[in-house]
Parts: sequence; structure tokens; C-alpha cells
Amino acid sequence: MSAHNASGTVYGLLAEFDSPSLLFEAVTQCRDKGFKHWDVHTPFPVHGMDEAMGIRGSRLPFIVLAGGITGLILATLMQWWMNAVDYPFVISGKPLFGLPAAIPVMFELTILFSAFATFFGMWGLNGLPRLHHPLFSSRRFRRASQDRFFIVIEAQDPKFKLDETRDFLASLGGLAVEEVVDAADGAESVEG
Amino acid sequence: MDQTASQIQDNTSDDPTRPVELILGGNDFTTITETVSDIVLEKKTPKAWYIAIAVTASLTGMLFLMIGYLFITGVGVWGLNNPVSWGWAIVNFVFWVGIGHAGTLISAILFLLRQKWRTSINRFAEAMTIFAVICAGIFPGIHVGRVWVVYWLFPIPNYEAMWPNFRSPLLWDVFAVGTYATVSLLFWYTGMVPDLATLRDRAKGRLQQIIYGILAIGWRGSHRHWHRYEKAYLLLAGLATPLVLSVHSVVSFDFATAQLPGWHTTIFPPYFVAGAVFSGFAMVGTLLIPARKWFGLQDIITLHHLENMNKIILATGSMVGFAYATEFFIAWYGGNPNESFAFVNRAFGPYAWAYWTMVTCNVITPQLFWFKKIRVNLLAMWIMYIFVNIGMWFERFVITVSSLSRDFLPSSWAYFKPTTIDILTFVGSFGLFLTLVLLFIRFLPMIAMAEVKTVMTIADAHSGERRSVGDYHGDIPKTPEGGGDR
Repeated sequence: MSAHNASGTVYGLLAEFDSPSLLFEAVTQCRDKGFKHWDVHTPFPVHGMDEAMGIRGSRLPFIVLAGGITGLILATLMQWWMNAVDYPFVISGKPLFGLPAAIPVMFELTILFSAFATFFGMWGLNGLPRLHHPLFSSRRFRRASQDRFFIVIEAQDPKFKLDETRDFLASLGGLAVEEVVDAADGAESVEG
Repeated sequence: MDQTASQIQDNTSDDPTRPVELILGGNDFTTITETVSDIVLEKKTPKAWYIAIAVTASLTGMLFLMIGYLFITGVGVWGLNNPVSWGWAIVNFVFWVGIGHAGTLISAILFLLRQKWRTSINRFAEAMTIFAVICAGIFPGIHVGRVWVVYWLFPIPNYEAMWPNFRSPLLWDVFAVGTYATVSLLFWYTGMVPDLATLRDRAKGRLQQIIYGILAIGWRGSHRHWHRYEKAYLLLAGLATPLVLSVHSVVSFDFATAQLPGWHTTIFPPYFVAGAVFSGFAMVGTLLIPARKWFGLQDIITLHHLENMNKIILATGSMVGFAYATEFFIAWYGGNPNESFAFVNRAFGPYAWAYWTMVTCNVITPQLFWFKKIRVNLLAMWIMYIFVNIGMWFERFVITVSSLSRDFLPSSWAYFKPTTIDILTFVGSFGLFLTLVLLFIRFLPMIAMAEVKTVMTIADAHSGERRSVGDYHGDIPKTPEGGGDR
């Protein structure tokens, strides 16, 4: 369901709050209304917000586990192949491949690959980097990274009705409600 | 000032029944944001910054001149001689790598232990970690002699069709330090993204908006993002914790796996890790005390934070002292004449001056932190940090040089003396380190704003509108009856 106004497609509605406790009340109500395409924007992770929004676990730990296992296997095979197969290193009659001596590198590469998986996995799941977003067109929204707390309900949500949702957000006791417009002139628009 | 306010403002109280306010001065989210981001965006760069960076950049230039001279002449420009083939380059490498450890301890281990006070200092300490590891990485790189084949350190195919020896602790070092530098950088940058977004949103100049905008990769504080972000942060902390313990353990293997008396001991890994954290905290403190004063951050990096750091220095310093004693005990109890000679020689031989400098700085100095008056006195603690920095450099010097200079065969004994090049290279590495620190405090948020906000009383959604109390800006409590003394 999409709504339009004079300047273009409405991306969604933004409600501004000035404290985590007010935000918390409002978020619980939004969750209970059954919205699907909505989000909360805060300058820092607010404790307990996961439950208030109804967000469940993340796939990230499994990506990290896969990264770690890859690193471990790679390190083991690399050391065995390089020192025992491709160019056998005979040193003081020691075995060409011995597990104890291989452990430091196995450990380090496990950590390295897990860390890369965490880093790229997290940003990937979050859909970042993404330098343009309709929300950035709101001047008010700049304080989302500073000292204000926002609830955004997107126009694509099946329950979104411009006037009704605006009234609902206004009733939550925030500082302001704003209509966020996805730039209509095409030049700045990413999603068209 | 009413009683409640003064109780909270002296936040160095050890009374567990009293809540410790981590952020003072009646700060709220707005003022924290302004205080930290204005240093980068609004405030005129202080003259002292330009003077400081002129000096440190010149020293950096000198470092590269010295390295250039070394490359075209060879490692003979250093004071290395026949038994002492590991000189200042290795001493400096271990010294710098050790300093980095405090950053990871603060960012990862204290995070897992839910030590909320870490948020005020973790960004700074992590930055210091990365810069220290950069300085550390230079030394083994230039120490190899034939720098044009330095890539042989890595498992890269080369014209000799030869692979590195994976049973060598020096090779483990390459992987340990390389992984450490990479993971520290990922951790640091991940932590900084929300703050870079703050700078992007507050920047007024076009160039600043573009640069911080790109660095912030479009972060918009979405809670769905925060949810995964916090999970990633926890995972990175969990990965960095065993990593940091492994790095200095592996560094200590360089020594411990050798057959040399004074090196060949199993105590080295824990002893090196404790020493690394000890030296790292001293370096964080050395830089933090002037920085918080120059940039007016006394309400964010409070005496409580510094006192906690001093307690960690006391704990790790005592571990280091205990390790020194254990080494001597084992040298006697083990009954190996070479081992006991190495230790008698260390304390009373030609390097006795270095040994006793080390003991004075590392064993005696930190014990003064048992006294609360010293733990909360800025000048006293700063002087002690300097002592610890000096002592920990000497520790590595004593371990490396005293064992090498007198090994099994008296006919090959020789005394190591550094050359001017050695000294200038080391001084130059400080230039590089401090240049990077100065650039960091000028262009990046030196306090983790988003993290500091989470530990403020007002961040708790269930605390109502309670604000952090107080108008306290000095470091000396104005009302002594306010409860500072136990």
C-alpha cells in the first residue's frame, strides 16, 4: 500500500521522542498494533528494546561459526600441505606435520576468519553500507544519532493508512510526527 | 551542594551500597554529544596541537630516515654483536606489542565482565592499541636484514618454491600479531560507526559531511541494526579475549622455546601477558591524563575511571613482581647451574643497572597504588605511569640482552651497547605513535559516545526522568565530608 502527497511517494511516518522511557511505552503499543514494516531509531542500543519490539534472534552466530570452522580447516590443511607435502621440511628429525606445533596458527586463523565473518556478516545482514536512505531527507532525523528517539512506520506496511497512522503516532505522546517523503524528482531516489 | 549530590560527585567511593555515577557534571545525551563531537567539528584546534604534531611528525620523519639508512647499509648500523644478535629491535617490538594489550583488555575483557566504566576510555585505548601494534610491526620487519624478501615471512609462493616453517615461533608471531592487528582494527571501526554517524549528522562543512558520511556507511541507528550490532560486538569481544591472551603468549614463545638460560621457562606466557596489560594501562594513563584536561573531558573520564585503571595496574604489577620472584626461585630450586648463573648475572652482572631500574619501576612503584591518596592524585599517578613505561621497556631489555650477552661459552661473551641509530630509531617510533594519537584525537571521536550514553542513568528506560546529579567540574572534592575516604 503506498501513499502519495504533493512532493512524491511517502516513505513513512516518523515520531520523535526525547527519552528512552517514553519511547519504550510507544514501542510496546506499536508492536501490539501488529505493524510489520516499522523500526525504532536511537542514538544508542536501548536495553530491553528487543522484547518491546518483538525482535527475535539473529543468524549471525551461525555465520561466525562457519567462518571459524573455515579458518580452522584452512590453517590445518595449509600447514600440512606446505610443510609435509609440497616442500617437506625435515628439522631435527621431527614429524613433518605435528599437531602441537600447528596449534598456534590454527588458533589464530580460526579467530581471524571468525572476526571477518562477524564483521562482514553483521554489516551484510544490516544492509550496510547504504549511503542513501529516505530517512536522511528529514532534518529532524539527524538527532537520531545524537539525543532523540524515533519510531518509523513505513508506508509499505499493510496496516499503514496515512491519516490513521499519523493520529495513532500523535497519540503516543512524542514531540512531533513527520511525514518522510522519498525524493520524487528521481535524481536522488534510489528505489524509484 | 546538598548531601546526595556531593555523595554522587565523589565517584571514587568504594562503598558498594552507594551507586557510582560514571558520568558527572549533570551531563545528558545532548551535552555528551556536544562535548565529544565539538572537539572534532567545532572547536578551534589548539595551538599546542600544532606544536605537538610538528615535533612528533619530525620524529616520525627521523624514524623513516633511520630505517632508510638501515636498509642501504645493513643491520650493522645497530649495536648488535656476535652473541647479542637480538638487540633493541626485538626489545622495542615486545615493548610496543605489549602496550597494545591494554586496549583489547579494556574493549573486550572488561566488556565481557560487564565493567561499565570501560565505555569512557575504550575508544582511546583501542586506538592506542592499533597505533602501538603499527609501531611494533615495524621492528621485526626491518630487523630481518634482507628486507627485500620480507614477504618470505608469509605463506606466499616465491621463486624458491619454498614455504615458511610452521614449527617456528617466529612464524607464529607473524600470524598472531597479524591477526591481532586485523581484529583490533575491525573491532575499533565497528565500535566507531555509530559515532561517525553522529559526526556526519552534526557536520556543517560539505567536506566533513562527505568524509564522515562515507565512513559512517549509512548508519541510521535502527534498532534492528543495533540488535545485530550488539550481537556482533559481543562476538568480537569473545573472539578478541582469547586472542589478546594468545598474542603475548606467542611473543613469549620466541624466547621460551629457545634453549637459552633465562629464556627457557614455562612461566613466560602468563608473565608476559600480565606485563603487557601492566605496561598498556600505564601508556593509556600517560596519554589520557593530559588529553582529558586539554579537551575538558573530566566529567566523562572521571577519577573513578582513573582509579579503576590504577587498581588494574596494581594487580598486574604485583603479578609481574611475583613472576620475577618465581623466576629466581626456580633458577635456584631447579638446580641447573646455567640457569642459576643467568639469574645471578642478571641481578649482579654487567646489566645490574638495567635490572634494578626494572625492579624499581615495575615492582616497587605500583605498590604505591595501595594508597587511595595516590590512586586519586593525578600528578602522582602520571609520574608512576612514566616509571612503569620505563620499567617495562627495561624488562624486555633485561630479558633479551642479559641472557644473550652471557650464554654457555664464556669465550663468546660480549657486552651490548646501543648505537645512536638504535636510540634515534626508538625515539622515532614514539614520534610515529604520538603522531597517530594526535591525528586520532583531532579527527575521530575519542570517546565512544553511543556507548557512554548506554551507561548513563537516564539511558535506563525504566528509571523515569532521573538525571545524573551534580555540577562538579574539578578533580578535588570540594566537600571532604562527602564520603571520599573509607
